[in-house]
Amino acid sequence: MTVLCLVERDGDGAADVSLRALTFARSLGQVTAVVFGAAASVPVADLSAYGVADAYAAESDDLDGYAPQAWARALAGLAADLSATAVVAAGTDRGHEVMAHLGAITGLPMAANCASAEANADGTLRLVRHRWAGSLLEDAVLDAPPALLTVAVDAVPAAAADAPAQTSVHGYRPALDEGDLRVVATESAERSGGVSLATARVVVGGGRGVGGPDGFGVLEELAGLLGGVVGVSRVVTSEGWRPHKQQVGQTGTRISPELYLACGISGAIQHMAGCLSAKHIVAVNTDPDAPIISHADYAVIGDLNQVIPALVAAIRAREAGS
Amino acid sequence: MEILVCVKRVPMVGGKIVVTADGQDVDTRMSGFTVSPHEECAVEEAVRLVEHHGGGVTVLTLGPPAAADQLRDMLALGASRAVLLETDGREWGPIATAGAIVAAARGRTGDADAAAHPPAQLPYDLLLFGNEAADTGDYQVAVRVAHALGLPCATGIKNLEVTDGRARARREYRGAEEVFDLALPAVISVKEGINLPRYPSLPGRLRAKRATIEQSAPEWHAEGLRKERLRVPAGETKRAEILGTGPDAVPALVALLDELGVLT
Repeated sequence: MTVLCLVERDGDGAADVSLRALTFARSLGQVTAVVFGAAASVPVADLSAYGVADAYAAESDDLDGYAPQAWARALAGLAADLSATAVVAAGTDRGHEVMAHLGAITGLPMAANCASAEANADGTLRLVRHRWAGSLLEDAVLDAPPALLTVAVDAVPAAAADAPAQTSVHGYRPALDEGDLRVVATESAERSGGVSLATARVVVGGGRGVGGPDGFGVLEELAGLLGGVVGVSRVVTSEGWRPHKQQVGQTGTRISPELYLACGISGAIQHMAGCLSAKHIVAVNTDPDAPIISHADYAVIGDLNQVIPALVAAIRAREAGS
Repeated sequence: MEILVCVKRVPMVGGKIVVTADGQDVDTRMSGFTVSPHEECAVEEAVRLVEHHGGGVTVLTLGPPAAADQLRDMLALGASRAVLLETDGREWGPIATAGAIVAAARGRTGDADAAAHPPAQLPYDLLLFGNEAADTGDYQVAVRVAHALGLPCATGIKNLEVTDGRARARREYRGAEEVFDLALPAVISVKEGINLPRYPSLPGRLRAKRATIEQSAPEWHAEGLRKERLRVPAGETKRAEILGTGPDAVPALVALLDELGVLT
């Protein structure tokens, strides 16, 4: 039962999302990892800790950088060579894209954003997959081996194997078709500076209750005091009050802060899907029956335009007094 | 240039999602319908491209007869032609959906030998999709269509420029930007944020109301991934501890922030 798992690198190690994919893949059988690049770039320490005995470094003279269809062609070749029962990738932009290409190349179904998978006696797989970005679960049966799956990374914490494995690294040279290299990514060198919304420890959220584009100054001020950043709901970006890159939710950024302070946000499911991983949610809302109150840990019932300036003043007074 | 944009009718879900008693669908008795957000941006992007380069925008959906409402919404935004691939309300999987779109894109719906026609005859320069549908989130219809038509493809695009028969498509990747260069015709899926869709104009609405919607009814196919039932995740119904009302709650809020270790 070989389960092939696409592993993306982050620096010298495996990306956190790929560790989650490896954890998921382990529930389906013996995991073999595929990494794109030279053998020396394979994150052996991480793979060993996650119980991976065999890893393939997929390399080709023609393949330099990310090429979604070429990556899928390589996975198709390896899956066939190893008679893999499943191919798994993290549910990231790249993971979804490569697995969609693999589905198209093989003509097989691809189940996106699986939270769990279990083999039935008849060889089919029982899946739980995310719909509505995790606001709804689908129980499904996948009857088409090998199973092509992406992992709902929010739903699967990374867990090392009980016993580490001795990882052997093998080279693999994919047989690429003409056309596989038509689309290749070039990456710009510039990275955005500052604290990113996705990784911020504190996010101060603003929604319709902020009232307009001019109301965000006090939220920015509070975020600055807490070492965090401002995130907003979809209505705020749809109205053009703030840029889309600040949007938290299904069609924006997924956040996982220690604290999400959601101000004037009603809590539509599409918004909550973006902050399921927040450790603590505190809502400030005028409506005690707003949906966000049933997702938050704590709430202040009141107008954010009064509460937040008072909070900023209190924090400043505390700092001045200490 | 001629652009085909594929959209999907999805429930307009707000604060709560409810599943029908048989577990097969989202209960939409209390909700309206809309197109997936990424797709509304795809239509806006297509309209902008055509405003700049000339040509027309065809908007296509696979869905029940009522999905004509969503096509008219997109016509009001500036699409010039609409195609409804009518279903009987059953949910279609991504493989069958892609197959129906491919046949329609070639302009030969229902033609048994549609697959035999080379992509050179494709009447579009660009096929735009949303990155994923808001409801099913399958992340694959655009890619399957690209393969079937033998076209290059990029997904998750947040910035698109078209010049001299090529598309430069950009997206974010771990804080950096990835750039794809594609020869047209091509298939591109976009994400919300690529633009800010306009509000429909009154003349646009009137034109949309009168427009003819081309229709056909492709045949449903079963797929290897079968939905058994839908359910709302457990543990959704906690209730927040109320710290207080208005600015009077600030001392309790400060104490909480201190306890959580976020005050410096």
